[in-house]
Amino acid sequence: MSRLVIEARPERSVWAPIQVSLLAVFLTCLGGSVLFMIYGVSPLKGLDAIFIDPLRTSYGIGEILLKMAPLLLIAQGLAIGFRAQIWNIGAEGQLIVGAIAATALAIQFQGTTSPLLLPAMVLAGMIGGMCWAGIAALLRAQFNANEILVTFMLTSVALQLLYYLIGGPMRDPGGFNFPQSIRFDPAAKFPILIEGTRVNASIFIGLAASAIAVVFVQRSFVSYKMSVGGIAPAAATYAGFSSKKAIWLALLISGGAAGMAGVGEVSGPLGMLQRNISPGYGYAGIIVAVLGGLHPIGIIFASALMALVYVGGDFALLSVGVPNAVTGIFQGMLLTFYLACSFLLTSRIRWIKPDDLKQEAMAD
Amino acid sequence: MDVLIFIVSGTLAAATALIFAAMGELVAEKSGVLNLGIEGMMATGAAMGFVALSLSGSYTVGFLAAAVLGCLLSMIHAVLTLVFRADQTASGLAIGILGLGLSSAIGKRYEGRTVEGLPELDFGPLSDIPIIGPMFFQQDIMVYLSIVLIFVTWYVVTRTKLGLVIRAIGESPENAHALGLKVRLVRAGCVGFGGAMAGIGGAYMSTAYTPLWAEGMIAGRGWIVVALTVFGTWIVPRVAFGAYLFGSMSLLELSIQAFGWNIPSQAMSVMPYVVTIIMLAVISRNLAFIRLNSPASLGAVLKIS
Repeated sequence: MSRLVIEARPERSVWAPIQVSLLAVFLTCLGGSVLFMIYGVSPLKGLDAIFIDPLRTSYGIGEILLKMAPLLLIAQGLAIGFRAQIWNIGAEGQLIVGAIAATALAIQFQGTTSPLLLPAMVLAGMIGGMCWAGIAALLRAQFNANEILVTFMLTSVALQLLYYLIGGPMRDPGGFNFPQSIRFDPAAKFPILIEGTRVNASIFIGLAASAIAVVFVQRSFVSYKMSVGGIAPAAATYAGFSSKKAIWLALLISGGAAGMAGVGEVSGPLGMLQRNISPGYGYAGIIVAVLGGLHPIGIIFASALMALVYVGGDFALLSVGVPNAVTGIFQGMLLTFYLACSFLLTSRIRWIKPDDLKQEAMAD
Repeated sequence: MDVLIFIVSGTLAAATALIFAAMGELVAEKSGVLNLGIEGMMATGAAMGFVALSLSGSYTVGFLAAAVLGCLLSMIHAVLTLVFRADQTASGLAIGILGLGLSSAIGKRYEGRTVEGLPELDFGPLSDIPIIGPMFFQQDIMVYLSIVLIFVTWYVVTRTKLGLVIRAIGESPENAHALGLKVRLVRAGCVGFGGAMAGIGGAYMSTAYTPLWAEGMIAGRGWIVVALTVFGTWIVPRVAFGAYLFGSMSLLELSIQAFGWNIPSQAMSVMPYVVTIIMLAVISRNLAFIRLNSPASLGAVLKIS
């Protein structure tokens, strides 16, 4: 009797993670086609609107780079924790606190033309994000409180803190009571890179973070120790690798990165602090990190893809009229299919014919 | 006395959605599967329940549709973790994100509309008893069903053979498998039950508690449910107590506004989250106590072939 068997792969190909990611993207396109049919849109037209349309114009490419900057930064930070099985899902909250910290400086030094203001704001944002994630690190390291739940709850708290601040202490006094801060001075904003688009210099922070992440992941002993803690906690304890140190490092790095991403938003396309600073970059960052195989290089490609889905979702809303809720569904499908496919990294499915079975039986 | 009546009857109603979702999650976790996608399943249930009720005019259809969709979503989690051996945390997050996207797509055209809330049950003269009547006998049917669910869950988990099988699988799926128990089947069943209950809990929010659909209306309740299982150390009565405690907290916000105290509304809105964080820290501090009570295989990748 012939049958399907699942068996462990003897060795792991270098290209396997890339194949798995591409397979996940392909399956997402199939799933997306079904979604478009439900909305009464031709699947080809819909997929074209999401994946190809944004690439046709320099404006579209600019928007992709703009959205890629925060995703890249957040995902590089999160991946370091994920490798150690420390799940910071509150990057959204750390992004908000980072944005708030940077805004405080922009308001304090209103009117200045000093070139030091922007670097100071980036630093403030990083520290803000680190402090917010540091709360979760403290509670996890000292009280064993689950960091997944704590970081999520802290995001809700950060959102309310933002609403309070822009409704009162940080509100623009000359802004007709609108819940937003003052418009930032040019000195408090990232310079535009390409005329006619909104791409700004904050993408360099993301790229620099990627370069640092490559070195950190491939070359540092600290990162190695953290990975061992994630894959084999018992072995890590036996080797004397401190799990508390890993928790602190993972959360502080990812929190700091998310905080800087927040600065990129308020000092970039927004130019002020307002209610909606992020269309869920903190959560999308989780998908980007996983989809990129938790590898710094993979994450660069994954963040570009996720930015494309964001921009494509907006394009699809305008050109074929599907609600931009599809962006969320596409994101969810990408992660779901990736998780299903990554099973193929360690296992393979083989069709066994009756002859093979006989041979194996004889070999036994 | 009016204040007491307000607190008791309000708490019962506010806790109902939490009870449904928490009992479902508790059963899934007892079998060793952590489902972090509760928020997404509740949101999908809320949207689906609202739309089904608007279209059919029947509450039964609304709750059933929500339960079915919640269950289907949780089945994705079951397949990913049980067949494809995906990490339970990552998989739960995936269906959480998927569920939130799905809810906003389903409810798009119904945004901001209202329906008539689930009517109160008629207990005849019982409802007219002073104090006791308004507290306990002027509620809708789901409030009573949620209380029944607590007892049923407690009974099944602690007093029946099925409960023993679920707990055995949660403690050691490898040994349970060696004993011939259908580990994957039982786990899938428990996860599916959790999904259905989360769907019903979500639908209660949109068709009875606030009767309207608005994107993001679940507002972190799904995550509070996950926290409740830790808070209640996986013991049914404690988890239920936690749900009522959080239910009463959401009343605090309303009462403060009613008394006209000058506290920023945001300070009240953060209360449930801050209390969750503090509770988690206090309960989890005793590592030995948590280890003793949590299902031993919770969150671990299934190793049986």
